[in-house]
This record gives sequence, structure tokens and C-alpha cells, in this order.
Amino acid sequence: MSRFLARRVVTMAIAMVVVSMIVFLMARLAGDPRNLYLSQDASQEQYDALTKRFGFDKSLPEQYWLFVKGVAQGDLGESTRETRPVSELIWGPFWATLQLGGIAFLVSILLSVPMGLYSAVRRNSIATQGLKMFAMLGQSIPAFLLGIFLIFIFAADLGWVPAAGRGGWSSFILPVATAAWFNVAASMRLFRSSMLDVLDTEYVKLARAKGVSGRSVIWKHAIRNALIPLVTFWGVNLGVVITGSVVVEVVFAWPGMGRLALIAMTNGDYPLLQGVVLIFSASILIASLLSDVIYALIDPRIRHASF
Amino acid sequence: MRAFEGESQSKRVLRFLRRNLTILPAAVVLVILVLVGVFGPALTPHDPIAGDLEDRYTPPWWVDGEYSSQTVVQRLDINNRRNEITLTAARVLDPKAGLGDVVRTEVEKGGSTEFLLGTDHLGRDILSRLVHGARISLIVMAVTILIGGVLGTVLGLVSGYFGGVVDEAIMRLVDVALAIPVILVALVLVASFGASFGLIFVILVGLLWVRYARQTRAEVLQLKQLDFVASAKVSGATHWRVLFRHLFPSVLNTVVVLATLQVGIVLSTEAALSFLGAGIPPPNPAWGSMVADGRGVIRTSWWVSAFPGAAITLTVVSTNLFGDWLRDKLDPKLRQLM
Repeated sequence: MSRFLARRVVTMAIAMVVVSMIVFLMARLAGDPRNLYLSQDASQEQYDALTKRFGFDKSLPEQYWLFVKGVAQGDLGESTRETRPVSELIWGPFWATLQLGGIAFLVSILLSVPMGLYSAVRRNSIATQGLKMFAMLGQSIPAFLLGIFLIFIFAADLGWVPAAGRGGWSSFILPVATAAWFNVAASMRLFRSSMLDVLDTEYVKLARAKGVSGRSVIWKHAIRNALIPLVTFWGVNLGVVITGSVVVEVVFAWPGMGRLALIAMTNGDYPLLQGVVLIFSASILIASLLSDVIYALIDPRIRHASF
Repeated sequence: MRAFEGESQSKRVLRFLRRNLTILPAAVVLVILVLVGVFGPALTPHDPIAGDLEDRYTPPWWVDGEYSSQTVVQRLDINNRRNEITLTAARVLDPKAGLGDVVRTEVEKGGSTEFLLGTDHLGRDILSRLVHGARISLIVMAVTILIGGVLGTVLGLVSGYFGGVVDEAIMRLVDVALAIPVILVALVLVASFGASFGLIFVILVGLLWVRYARQTRAEVLQLKQLDFVASAKVSGATHWRVLFRHLFPSVLNTVVVLATLQVGIVLSTEAALSFLGAGIPPPNPAWGSMVADGRGVIRTSWWVSAFPGAAITLTVVSTNLFGDWLRDKLDPKLRQLM
């Protein structure tokens, strides 16, 4: 298990380095990076100060080292629009994204497992056909369309919930539904098919032949094994769910990291964009590392394997 | 499909169609999409990029306008402004209008057959933009899936076949690529270079190749244990010959199924990026950015977002249904992986 986790840690570290290099290099390849890091009316002194701080007169590797050192010390630079340190601007949106993403993730777990289980056990019922349809649509309608559609019906037309922004609990309903739907659909389909595979294995047949009750076979023998592919999927897809939140946040004007990144991009506020992307990527990587740990803990084949 | 003795060709085709009836609507949608993308742009009556502001927010043709009759007066009475119109204003609508005449004024614009599906905020014809957008989407899909597929498949073949250090390196690359949040990187690239077609290709290929590499490698690992690979080697085939003449045809089914299943991913990712303003650069008529154009006016001018939205949904649903069907036909063992 430790080898498996060590390898995952190395992979994540490399991924983080790649992201930081992209952020670092793109600013420098696109022209004079000082134009990206400073607002248009910056003074000559500010230019010189920045040249000194990032070492723009030095070689690229040296510049990268200065850049990494700055970020590691928590210095993400100053937003060109807000003229405040990026590190101050990020934490509020970070919390907002975590809330939305976390709740959406929880909801999708709570919904997809029972739905997948039902559709695997009652294979030919009408409800299963309905669930399949739901999954097909969930995987096919892009989040931004779904969001606009839900706003149109439940906020603009019926007026049941607020259309945008973060307020009381009712303002969570539409964004969570939008962010969760794809994941519910994908997880449900995956859990259904892995459940069907497990129900077809020899040990389940043996348990049935021994006279174990149908209920007990499903709950004690089958479910645990069928959950394993789902946990892997959630781990891999965590990043997808979180980056999907960029779109959801934009549609619902949710004051999170994704919306902040887009605002920074539209305003040409490179220091802010860079800060958001670095922090956002780092948290995605840490989260998927956590899911690897959980995966290793529940799957004995990983726990005891020595690869 | 097993052919029965004495059965005619047309009967067999009919039987095939009957058995696969559920996939027919999806297939029809996809065929139409391709035809529209290939031939449509030459047939559209309007320029997809230039519009006339006078025509802005024209509703679809079947929507009636709202008109009212107003009497032309010299000066508006402050208490009864509704049914009266000043001479100057009336002359704009009808140069021959005189005092005391009744003129018909437009309260809300009605649809016209000139713009079948209406126009957007710049007066551009939605239908023409949809048709041109279909071509753009098709090009993006074809290019990215082709490049991503070739790249991923070759890397997967090499990785699985040679094993060792090569395999280790490629698989680490795959892991890293999977861990990188693509949309965020896309935003950084767009902020530095501005949105462009080249960029959207790079971003999508970066997203797509991984699946092919993983899947092809997994299959090659099993295939290379089989006798036909050993016999090829014994009879003196070079590595490249074994790879591309013997192994590649065996993984082709998987690659085709993956490619079909990815069409939906490409289209929705490209649409999402365009919606965010980080995809296909405006003023090109991309479906995603068309949805974004109408987002603020969805209550008053629903058609601006609704038609491109419907086009995206219909296409993704159809390709997903078609991909699922193809997978069950060609490569049932992929089922649990996707």
C-alpha cells in the first residue's frame, strides 16, 4: 500500500509542477510578462520593482525558481484590478466553492448508490427504464445548459428559489442540482454495471446456492465489492466535478473560485488568475490523493499488493 | 448477423433495421448534422457574422408581434400618452402621416420569414449561425478526436508492447495528464494568448488522448500473450510490423468505440469553453457562445439561447446513444469501463 501511495504522491507532485510551469511559462511566452502582471497605468518604478522581484533580467530557470519560492512563501502577487494581495482575495471564494462542490458531491453519492442498486436488482421494472433515461440525459446535457434551464423554470418562471448568488439554503438547490446531476448519472450507471458483474460471480452464486437469503446476498456479499470501482471513479472524477464548478458558478453567479478565475481571465488580471489556478489545482490534487488513500483502505488487493 | 438461406439482401437490411429500431432516431439526427455541416453553410441566406442592428431580437417566424393604434397629435398630453404619438415620431414610421391620422406602431417585434429562427442582440440570423456553427463543431470534433486518437493509440500500443521503462514513462505521463485540471489550464492559456482555434485544439487533444492510451495499453498487454503475436515474431516480423499489422487491427474496435463515445465529450467541453468565452473566438458562430449571448435576455428573447441549446443537447444525446449502441455491438467488454 505504501508503494502505491508513494507513487500517487509523486504523480500528484509532478502534476502540480506541470501546472505551475504552464502558469509560469505562458505568461512569459506570450510577450512581456510585466504587461500581464501590472495594470496599464503602472509607473516605471513598479515596472522596475517587478523586474527585480521576478528577475525578468535573469535566465528562465532562475526566474522559475524565484516564482516557486514566492508562491511557497504564500506570496501570490497583487491583483491588477483590485490592488490587493491575491492571497486575501482567494479565501472567501475558496470556501464558497468547497461548500458547493462538497454538497454536490455528497448529494451525488447519496443518490447514485441507491439508484444504481435498485436498477441492478430490479432490472426490468419501469422505474429502471426511467432511471436509465435520467442517466442518459444527465450525461448528455451540458451543465451550463441545465443551469440556464433550471433557472428559467424554477427561478424566473415559478419564483421558488433565487436565480443567482449565494444566500440562504434555498440558493443552494439549483447550483447543487446542476453540479451533481452529471455525477449522479455517471455513478449510477457505473454502480449498476459493477453490481450486475458482482451478482454474476461464482461467490455470489455459491452464497445463493447455500441458501443465503437474497437480501443478505446483496447487502453483505455484493455491495461492498461493487462499490470499489465507484470509489476509483469518484477519485478520478473529483477533478472533473470541481472544474465543472467553473461553469456552474458562472451560470449561478456563485461567488466561488471558478467564477473568480473567469473574472480574472476576462479582466486580464493575470496575478489573480495565476493564484486561483495554483490554489485550485493544488486542492484538486490533494483531494484526489485523499480518495486514493480511501481506495487503498477499502480494497485489500491494493492494501496488500506490493506493486 | 447470420444470414438465412435464400434471404434477399433487402430483407436482411430490413431485419437489421427492425432489430436496431431504437438507435434510428439518433442515427438520423447525426446524419442530418453531418449533411447540414457539410452543405448547409453554402445554402444559408444570411451572413453568420455580420448582422443589422435594426433587426436585433427578431423572434422566430411564428411569433406574432404586438401592435397598437396611435393617433398623431401635435403635442403629447401628459395624462393620455398611451394612444397618442407626436408628429415627428409618426413621420419616422410613415413619412406621409399627418395630424389626426391613426398609425400602427409596433409594441413588440413580430417574427418574419426572413429570419426563420429569429435574430440575436446584433441582428444576426440564428438559423444561419446554427448551420455555420454545426460545421465548426464538426471540424473541431474531427480534428481533435483524430489527433487525440492517433496520439493516444500509438502511445498505448508502444507502452503495452515494449513494457519496461517506456511503459513506465508513458503511464506516468497518463497519470499526470489525468490529474491536471484541464479547464483551469485552458483559462490560463486563453488569458495569455487570447482565444483561438489552435488553442481549442490543443486543449481538447490534451483532454482526449489519455483514454486511448490507457485502453489500448490494457488490451495490448493481454493480446501480446496470444499465439498470433508469437508466430509473427518467430516468422521474423519487425516490432513495427507486429505493432501496426497485427496488434493495431485487434484494438481498432475499441478505438472506434472510444472515438464515438468521445464525440459528446468534445462537443460539450467545447461548448462549455465557448460559453465561458475561452473556446472558439467570437464572432465565429459557436453553439456554446450563442447560448451565452442570449443568457441575459432569456425571459424576453428566449430564442437566442434556446435553439443553440437544443442543438447541443440533441447532438450530445444522439452521439451518446449511438456510442452506447456501437459499444454493445462491437466491444461489449468496454461496458464497465466507460
